[in-house]
Amino acid sequence: MHCLLLLIIPLIFIVLSNILKVKHTGMAALMGSLLTLVVSLIMAFHFNSNDGVAGDFNHAWISSFGINFHIGVDGISLILVLLTTILTPFIICASLNRKIENANAFYSLILLMQIGMLGAFMAKDAFLFYVSYEVALIPIYFICGLWGGENRIAVTLKFFIYTLAGSLFMLVAIIYLYLQTPGGHTFEISEFYKLNLSSSQQSWIFWGFFLAFAVKVPIFPFHSWQPPTYTTAPTAGTMLLAGIMLKMGLYGLIRFVLPIVPEAVAQWNTLAIILCVCGIIYGSVIAIRQNDLKTLIAFSSLAHVGLIAAGIFSMNAQGIQGAMIQMFNHGINAVALFFLIDLLERRSGTRLMDAFGGIASVEKQVAIVFAIVMLGSVGLPLTNGFVGEFLLLMGVYQWNMWASLMAGLTIILGAVYMLRLYRNVFFGEVSDASKTVTPMTMMEKIISWKLILFILVLGIFPNLLLDISAPSVNELLDMIAHHSNLIGGL
Amino acid sequence: MTELVWLVPLLPLLGFVINGLGFGKITKNLAAIIGCGSVLLSFIIACGIFYEDLGRGGEAVQKTYGSWIHAGNYSVDFSFLVDRLSIIMMLIVTGVGLLIHIYSAGYMHDEAGFGKFFAYMNLFMFNMLVLVLGANYVMLFIGWEGVGLCSYLLIGFWFKNREYTAAANKAFIMNRIGDLGFLLGIFLIFKTFGTSDFTTVFNGARSFSSGDVTLGLITLCLFVGAIGKSAQIPLYTWLPDAMAGPTPVSALIHAATMVTAGIYMIARSNILYALAPGTSEFVALIGAFTALMAGIIALTQTDIKKVLAYSTVSQLGYMFVALGVTAYSSAMFHVMTHAFFKALLFLGAGSVIHAMSGEQNMRKMGGLRKHLPVTFMTMAIATAAIAGFPPFAGFFSKDEILTAAYSHSMILFVLLSVTSVLTAVYMFRLFFMTFFGEFRGTKHQLEHLHESPKIMTVPLLILMVLSAVGGFLGIPEALGGKHFLSEYFNPVFGMNTRIAQHEVSNLFEYSLMGISVLMIIFVSRLVQRRYNKKDIPAEQPESKMSIWYKLSLHKFYIDELYDRVIVKPLNGMSNFFFGTIEKKVIDGAVNGGGQTVYFFSSILKNLQTGNIGFYVLMMVIGIVAIIFFTIVKTIAF
Repeated sequence: MHCLLLLIIPLIFIVLSNILKVKHTGMAALMGSLLTLVVSLIMAFHFNSNDGVAGDFNHAWISSFGINFHIGVDGISLILVLLTTILTPFIICASLNRKIENANAFYSLILLMQIGMLGAFMAKDAFLFYVSYEVALIPIYFICGLWGGENRIAVTLKFFIYTLAGSLFMLVAIIYLYLQTPGGHTFEISEFYKLNLSSSQQSWIFWGFFLAFAVKVPIFPFHSWQPPTYTTAPTAGTMLLAGIMLKMGLYGLIRFVLPIVPEAVAQWNTLAIILCVCGIIYGSVIAIRQNDLKTLIAFSSLAHVGLIAAGIFSMNAQGIQGAMIQMFNHGINAVALFFLIDLLERRSGTRLMDAFGGIASVEKQVAIVFAIVMLGSVGLPLTNGFVGEFLLLMGVYQWNMWASLMAGLTIILGAVYMLRLYRNVFFGEVSDASKTVTPMTMMEKIISWKLILFILVLGIFPNLLLDISAPSVNELLDMIAHHSNLIGGL
Repeated sequence: MTELVWLVPLLPLLGFVINGLGFGKITKNLAAIIGCGSVLLSFIIACGIFYEDLGRGGEAVQKTYGSWIHAGNYSVDFSFLVDRLSIIMMLIVTGVGLLIHIYSAGYMHDEAGFGKFFAYMNLFMFNMLVLVLGANYVMLFIGWEGVGLCSYLLIGFWFKNREYTAAANKAFIMNRIGDLGFLLGIFLIFKTFGTSDFTTVFNGARSFSSGDVTLGLITLCLFVGAIGKSAQIPLYTWLPDAMAGPTPVSALIHAATMVTAGIYMIARSNILYALAPGTSEFVALIGAFTALMAGIIALTQTDIKKVLAYSTVSQLGYMFVALGVTAYSSAMFHVMTHAFFKALLFLGAGSVIHAMSGEQNMRKMGGLRKHLPVTFMTMAIATAAIAGFPPFAGFFSKDEILTAAYSHSMILFVLLSVTSVLTAVYMFRLFFMTFFGEFRGTKHQLEHLHESPKIMTVPLLILMVLSAVGGFLGIPEALGGKHFLSEYFNPVFGMNTRIAQHEVSNLFEYSLMGISVLMIIFVSRLVQRRYNKKDIPAEQPESKMSIWYKLSLHKFYIDELYDRVIVKPLNGMSNFFFGTIEKKVIDGAVNGGGQTVYFFSSILKNLQTGNIGFYVLMMVIGIVAIIFFTIVKTIAF
């Protein structure tokens, strides 16, 4: 039942925030997201990792097509559910103290997006997954299109059509799988796992899913919607996209691609990992010369998620566990970085690196917070970023040493562009734009230090997350091993 | 006491937290007391552990404090390994660290960021101690990257200066290059041994035969890490730039402790390296060439700290040669004596810079011995120690390395011997330029000249004593002495380490010692004649310099080379990726897809004429088609 509550609470608060006066809607949305957070935490505490499932809810939806409203969580889902419920309050808080036109619509859309994403992460029915996957797209379309910056319509339209087109391939793959299920056909994902597919069938399905998820993640070269969208979207939108939404693609790889078509993965992962590695190097190299801070982080994000995808495709415990924890950590770090960039932009009216300089002499606390977030982002040991990168590179290493070496360039290039950013923005003489940087407000301090708490705690106690996903990941690996002896050599 | 080993790194961490959080609220005196006090307590515990270990006879103790990372069949624990190698490193780090902390309380007293400075220094101590105490490669890596961070923070301590922050970035990034090698080494270790725990890995390695390819690759990867951290060719150029940091930082991090982490790591992995003769050979060669090259560069530098920085690079090269010829205990011996005399040299240089109101150019100094008697005396001992004059510390450790190199290969021996002459030349040049002759600074500087306060000179004096007597821990048997240190390290290095003096005749040792003493006397006389006079030879214009002088002065143009070969192409690639690939190729393809759809829709839209009659016609055609197909289908079945 907890799962259902996670979807119902935001729904109630969407209604509430439209009834209430406009100035209260932000608070109402915050309350709603906090309540969801509490429910998800209760769920996490009750989560018995041994049987791997907690509180399934299953109700016939369109029974003539074997479609059920079936939601539930295993360890893999739970990590992403927690990511969503933890980040949403931060994202709402980050928008609270700014004036937003049509605030009730804005916050309703954020909550609607939360519903869509939670639905996707909890769906046990492929049709429900697909619907949720698309439901999440609609609010972000409006958030970017209505509250975004310069050139928002063109950018948003491209983003929308690109991702929508990508997911159509997934729809075809899902329907195909549905038709393969025995008897009266079902969209139940666990039934898909049991299918015996020939290797050519596997290949077609693999590419169907791959195209959809590659656009969403995004994996190089399907990423060209991402940097402009991150740059143009309002900060809340960028946070939703980078922090949570792109994980739907990575989650899909783990939920659908690995267990359903493992042979095809074994067959095609060389190509997939090469694309990921290209993306890592490509994104990092481009980030080195960016002047717009948001664009810089967008390209760095391309590199980071490329590594996560590479870890997943390497199909071993370290790679997948690394992906699980890094999905969470990347969410925290991306939200923290975009939050801080927004903090600077709101005060100075710019987010160009050239305009800044010397903030460390103006506002020490901003500089310290940014420094810690940066360390998490470059993966310094004892910050959250390290554990993920370490396990991912280790996973890729077991697949192929050279791939790991190339992917590992991210730790060097990451330091190059982040330190360049830090040096230009925070060190040196104080620039005019930097003079406008005023101390953080109470709300900003709370958000910053809470995010930093996550960065440090998860860096020192990564097992908090790893233990949640471990049983499900082991089960997944068993399934892959069982499914096919071809990949026994891996 | 061994039970309390977790406190050794944790106390400085506590100091960091207090000084860091209370930044701006804590008075300078309190910040200094917290900063130095935490290190003092760590040092006391370290001494206790040392004493206990003597009673135990060198048996290693491992303490585990819970699991850190657990994924699949891989797991890493928070655990510390207390054995004689980590004990000696712990003593060096906390001992020399303590002296430098105390010195800093005086040196940094007028700085605005006093509390911040001590916070960073304590954070460094924490990481360095984790590095030497960690019981697996990943724990070591925590400290390894952590000290890199502190180095970055402290090089860029005066962050308003663009050049300094550039040096900080350079240090961090070059270290990261090495770190990638280190990480790959760890992954291969896991793949081979299923763990990264020292004890298990080393026990497992015993079943490998010498020259095994996997071990060769592992040791090579780890060595790449060491190259970065310990500033060897080709990743050494960050260290001279790192002198941008406050002088105590140069003494602690960039001379005595952090840069020896690479030596420590290889000494720690001695079992792996002993089984990888190919890598060891490579280590020795890199070390020897680095030693020589840095020695040549040091000859012409005029910035007092730059001379010492290159000297550090050069001395680290010596240590790598020792590791490469499997004389692990000699390498550690030199790590220790070097920590004493190089820390002393830097602190002495700091005292000089302090007196000269921040001047670092030796051409502007001269005749300082009258004004800074204590500094002069301590620097004299330190110079003798690094040059290798008996009976000071450097003599014994360097002698050991030279002997080991000789018994391994003639080339190494010759390279190191030449370097040893160079060392004497640049050190005496520094010494005479600074303390002898006439004062060449401004009048204002002259009036301001003063000996440093007690808080700075007492650490100098203590280090002077250590530099003078530190070598007695390893008196060669040829002199009828006993090698305490190599016996002490026996439980760690065992049969792996080479005791070179057993391989050469006493006659060789006597002549080696004799020649080096004569060489030093000769060099010092020569240098004295050049610099101990009223005016030192004037700086020559570039056009008149010999090619060798220019190469040395411009550091073989390595920085310029890296700029051309790496930095500029990388920037160019970035622009190309963004401007051409991203904007034109990839986005072009995507937009092209959109354009194609537009194209077809522009054709199809002609069907939308708005003419009702046309629509009805199409509908009728459709219905007829459906009926037709239905009939066909019915007939067919």
